[in-house]
Amino acid sequence: MQEPSKPSTRISRRSAIKLGAAAAALPLVHMQTAHAAGNLRLAFWDHWVPAANPTMQKLVAEWGAKNHVNVSLDLLSAGTANDKMLLAEAAEALAGTGHDVMVFQAWGVQQYHQHLEPIDDVVEALVKQYGPIDPMDEYLGKVNGHWMGFPTSIGTQYKPSCARISLFKKWGYDVQQWYPNKPGNAKTADAWTYDLLLKLAPEAQKAGKPFGLGLGLTTDSVDWTGTVLRAHGGVLVDEKGNMQLRSDAVQQTLEYMIKFYPYLPADTVTYDDASNNKALISDSSALIFNPPSAWWVARRDAIHVAEDCWTFPMPNGPKGRYNTHLPFFWGIWSFSPNKTAAKELISWLQQRAQVETLCDAAVGYDIPPFQSMHDFDIWSTVKPPLGTVYNYPIRPWHDTLTNVAGYPAPPHIATQLYTNATLNVMIVKLAKNKEKMKNVLDWAENEINGYINM
Amino acid sequence: MADGTTTVSAPALRGFAPPARRSSLRRFAQRRSTTAVLMCLPLICLIAGLVVYPFFYSIWLSLLNRAMTRFIALFNYRYLLRSDTFQLVIFQSCFFAITAVFFKALIGFILAHVMHNISGKDQKLWRGVLLVPWVIPPALSTLGWWWMISGDYSAINWLLEQVGMHPVAWLASTWWARIWVVAVNVWYGTPFFMIMYLATLKSVPDQLYEAAAIDGATWLQKIRYISLPMLRNIISITVLFSLIVTFANFDIVENLTAGAPANTTHVFATYAFQLGIQSGNIPLGAAVSLFIFPILAIFSVFILRGVGRRAQEGI
Repeated sequence: MQEPSKPSTRISRRSAIKLGAAAAALPLVHMQTAHAAGNLRLAFWDHWVPAANPTMQKLVAEWGAKNHVNVSLDLLSAGTANDKMLLAEAAEALAGTGHDVMVFQAWGVQQYHQHLEPIDDVVEALVKQYGPIDPMDEYLGKVNGHWMGFPTSIGTQYKPSCARISLFKKWGYDVQQWYPNKPGNAKTADAWTYDLLLKLAPEAQKAGKPFGLGLGLTTDSVDWTGTVLRAHGGVLVDEKGNMQLRSDAVQQTLEYMIKFYPYLPADTVTYDDASNNKALISDSSALIFNPPSAWWVARRDAIHVAEDCWTFPMPNGPKGRYNTHLPFFWGIWSFSPNKTAAKELISWLQQRAQVETLCDAAVGYDIPPFQSMHDFDIWSTVKPPLGTVYNYPIRPWHDTLTNVAGYPAPPHIATQLYTNATLNVMIVKLAKNKEKMKNVLDWAENEINGYINM
Repeated sequence: MADGTTTVSAPALRGFAPPARRSSLRRFAQRRSTTAVLMCLPLICLIAGLVVYPFFYSIWLSLLNRAMTRFIALFNYRYLLRSDTFQLVIFQSCFFAITAVFFKALIGFILAHVMHNISGKDQKLWRGVLLVPWVIPPALSTLGWWWMISGDYSAINWLLEQVGMHPVAWLASTWWARIWVVAVNVWYGTPFFMIMYLATLKSVPDQLYEAAAIDGATWLQKIRYISLPMLRNIISITVLFSLIVTFANFDIVENLTAGAPANTTHVFATYAFQLGIQSGNIPLGAAVSLFIFPILAIFSVFILRGVGRRAQEGI
């Protein structure tokens, strides 16, 4: 009898190929398991405070490891002549490819909203947790009733007064008493008005330390004149898009600025965003309107100046006290392949613990979007002098509203008012070039009509 | 046939047809012009991708609305022409480019003659020194200039104070700011003119100058009747080339004044950046950047026609 044939142990060519392919794919399967939730590419603002970027990198890596997501983080600089952030936003929006999460400053969300994913679910959940968000964040971050970007704390700033304590004391005003580093402010703080600012301007000039306030075309210059306008009750264009150029409030603001102009620095019309910082740090200015960046650099480079600086709210005007709020946003591109992970990361980074860690690393420069987070220790503990930036975040007793120059015009008009520095050009034409009010108003009307009809 | 000619039937001709096509293909492939085109093809593709496509794309963009969702024909151009600020930008761009190119050509011409008359090693040394501004990236050198002339802590103001004069806010005055942006551009661009003119001067036969000297010609007459005619073509080409580059200049103005005071120093490129990127109105920015194209095209036609005519006449 013939024995039944044994099953052949020879491997066919087809089987060998299959086996080889499976073996080759093994590492891929392994990698996919390790980072099951895919890849996430982030473009965040390149923070100027040295410790802030490594802290962000660490947090992002921690979240990636926990959630099995490959996270890569690119840091983009923002500034007048080296604005990689603006260029990257424009390029990625047009190309329809790039990062998953992109950083935007102030007007960016409004400019590129048609390329962004709505994130109402993320914002509403965080609002439930931490309370309301600043109205200016809502103005800049919402489009047609939907949140298109999240107002992150990273880079977000106020621009309050930062003054030299000794000089103000010499002129009879104690700014530390006005706004101490503890809850509440003195009754004498009521004296801090735009009229007093104008009254002190010649004194500062005489002392060789004119107020470092610019009338240039960049954000710091545009922001402070915007708050002066709001404090006088003026707007260039109202929320319905109607021009309000020839109102009494605008007229009063312009007249105020004409009176102020002779006491500003000689190069005020060419001020950029570094000029005011340099003026304070180099002991050449008695006051600037700025985040604590100038004080922070003075602490490093000119300690005697830093020891004499105190940050406190903006002056009061006939129609209230306004402080510039310039937020940064994180938006998720609509072409992002990993929107869920992006939303989860944003939610996680905005939890109180993470925001406080980041705020500490930035030495208190960053302002969280929620009022409930304005009580971090960092603003009470940094020095010198102790409590110098305690009043940097807006406290409930400051009686201050936030503002962004151009508000409340519809954002597509306000962006142009802001970036073209329309109010500042008007002031320069009137105060420096001595042009007639009628001609300047006619010029502005022509320009703004163009913005409205664009 | 007896006479040596052969009558070939139609089917036979059909049989020979493919070899005939092959040979014409081979001939086509062997043509020098075909080889030249094939060898240039990568470059042509590169130029098409990096120059031609973006050019037409920017024309298309300039015809769209702010959100880039609707075709609005020439509305952006009409808006710009009616804007007082843009009229100022046109004036400043023309003032900046024409003045800067004039002075670059003039100083370059003078320096080239000075260099030409320096002999041997010294010429090499001076040539190297004078080329330095041209090899430094303009963004960096502009920053250096800004440190020298800014209103607050500049070197020039420090010097003025040392001799008992008041510091000057150079960039806060409209005309001083305009003059400084031109001056920095002249400082940066003059070496290019100098080296081009010097190279051409070296090809002018010395005998012409010697003969002129024997005839008693003054140095001015030598320049007018020998140098200038011999350099006409290179002057035309350098002026055209520099006009194009200077009209498109961005970094000097952006770093020195960023358009201040009150938009009076903006040129096309910086204003296009402000409107297109900073204001988020890319179509309007594209319209600004394209504005200069017809002006430069007209300049180019006239200048190149003159160069071509002189070349034909052997001048």
